[in-house]
Amino acid sequence: MGDKRSLGDLLFSQGVSRRGFMKYCATLTSLMALPPAMISRVAMALEQARRPSVIWLSFQECTGCTESLTRAHAPTIESLIFDAISLDYHHTLQAAAGDAAESARLSAMQENKGSYLLVVDGSIPLGNAGFSTIAGVSNVDMLRETAKDAAAIIAVGSCAAFGGLPHAKPNPTGAVSVEEVITDKPIINIPGCPPIPIVISGVLAHYLTFGTIPELDSLKRPIVFYGQTIHDRCYRRPFYDKGQYAETFDDEGARKGWCLYKLGCKGPLTYNACATLKWNAGTSFPIGSGHGCLGCSEPNFWDKGSFYAPVSVGQWGSREALFAAAAGGAVLGLGSALAVHRRQKKAAREEKESAS
Amino acid sequence: MTLLDFARGPGLQISFIILMFGVSWRLAGTVLQRYSIDNSPGRHQSTVIDSLRTMVVRSMPVHQFEKHIKLQHYSGYLWHIGLFTSVLMFAPHIQLFKSVLGFGWPALPNSVILICASLAIAILLGLTIRRLTHPVHRLISTADDYISVFLTVFALLTGILAYSHLGLRYELMLAIHLLSAEALIIWFPFGKLIHTLMIFPSRYQIGATYGHRGVKA
Repeated sequence: MGDKRSLGDLLFSQGVSRRGFMKYCATLTSLMALPPAMISRVAMALEQARRPSVIWLSFQECTGCTESLTRAHAPTIESLIFDAISLDYHHTLQAAAGDAAESARLSAMQENKGSYLLVVDGSIPLGNAGFSTIAGVSNVDMLRETAKDAAAIIAVGSCAAFGGLPHAKPNPTGAVSVEEVITDKPIINIPGCPPIPIVISGVLAHYLTFGTIPELDSLKRPIVFYGQTIHDRCYRRPFYDKGQYAETFDDEGARKGWCLYKLGCKGPLTYNACATLKWNAGTSFPIGSGHGCLGCSEPNFWDKGSFYAPVSVGQWGSREALFAAAAGGAVLGLGSALAVHRRQKKAAREEKESAS
Repeated sequence: MTLLDFARGPGLQISFIILMFGVSWRLAGTVLQRYSIDNSPGRHQSTVIDSLRTMVVRSMPVHQFEKHIKLQHYSGYLWHIGLFTSVLMFAPHIQLFKSVLGFGWPALPNSVILICASLAIAILLGLTIRRLTHPVHRLISTADDYISVFLTVFALLTGILAYSHLGLRYELMLAIHLLSAEALIIWFPFGKLIHTLMIFPSRYQIGATYGHRGVKA
């Protein structure tokens, strides 16, 4: 917290070369859809950036989001973003515990009032204060208290952004997202289960570079990372266009890398950068490994039917309802026919009477 | 619930319930209606051949007017082929049918479907312009015709836009496409679209009636 060195100083002191740093800046500039001329500005801003205080709160979550950022196969330059920030509170990563940990949070809030970043992973239970507490404080109280003087909030992972798995029906804890609790602060959602590490670090880098939050879509996701669907950038897209699909996970189509649409891939409906940035230092992503996209960066993806049902398949409800409708229609048809019979008979009788 | 969730869930259920109800009502009402008794003796022992003959003959342009209606007649066939190919042979549609019927069938390449759907739209719009400009066609056209054309073209067009990722965001365009198809499904039993089910049985019946009377038509 007391370290006032710039990011450049820190990175260079840890053996990151000037070339490596510039490559990172070029990658970030490209990811943020900025023109190449901005690379030097990004580099200058990052190099000179003072470390902003960051408080990371973890609520109802699985720690997957933290793992995503910190447990890369090898220390990556993305993970060095932790050196660019002063991570004053993160109860998974910090050494301090108990009162010491909580006082670190409180003093960071006091010393950086109005300027610290609040990162949240996990959803917030509203059902019962006792469902999830930290140091005896309920999640919702801690979020409200910490968010009050934050400059901005970054909701990392689908739980913090949209409620996540705890929010799945029947949502026993009454789990909600950050933006359902905090409505008066700038919020950036970085959904994913977990999110891509470089997306997390990219958003932090954007804040460090420009001091502002990036352009967001209607779900408050940075457009530079969530502007296109997985399907748009999928390397299997040509197979979709040709109508070549894997029918099972081990058929010839699957071995040839054909489109996974019929196996339930949610890529067409999922906005994320997995197909371009990939995982494990750009090695692969779920579709690359032969499994369809689950749509984990979209709200309520867990409650939208089977992961293995194609996007075009609807939820039909009950067949009984269809049969009942058909039976009802037949009864009405019979009734209509009988009414017409009666009318015709009556007309014939009247005609006969008038003739006689 | 998003618009797409509604379209894939309750919207689909409601539209098919109305479809089942409406089709059942129309079919039951037609089959159970009172038929007038023909007291004249039949000219043939069996009218099946006459019925089948009428089904074939009425599927071709009337000889006397062939010169004038050939284009309209065969372009009608073409757009129907385009429509049914798009509906029945597109892989995502087949997945939908498979989820209901329990079995599927091979799909055509998406580029073929795209051409078929585009052709269907172009021909249907051309025929609609003719319907609007030709005095006789205009006279015999009703709101039913225009509603049916609009719903069909809208469903095809939104399908092409959704598939091609054009216009609105994909999930919104897909939702609009599903809703447009659901509107078409709801309209199906109540308008002239019911001819899909009625056309061949009614031609068969006409053939049988005419055959009974010894009329070749």
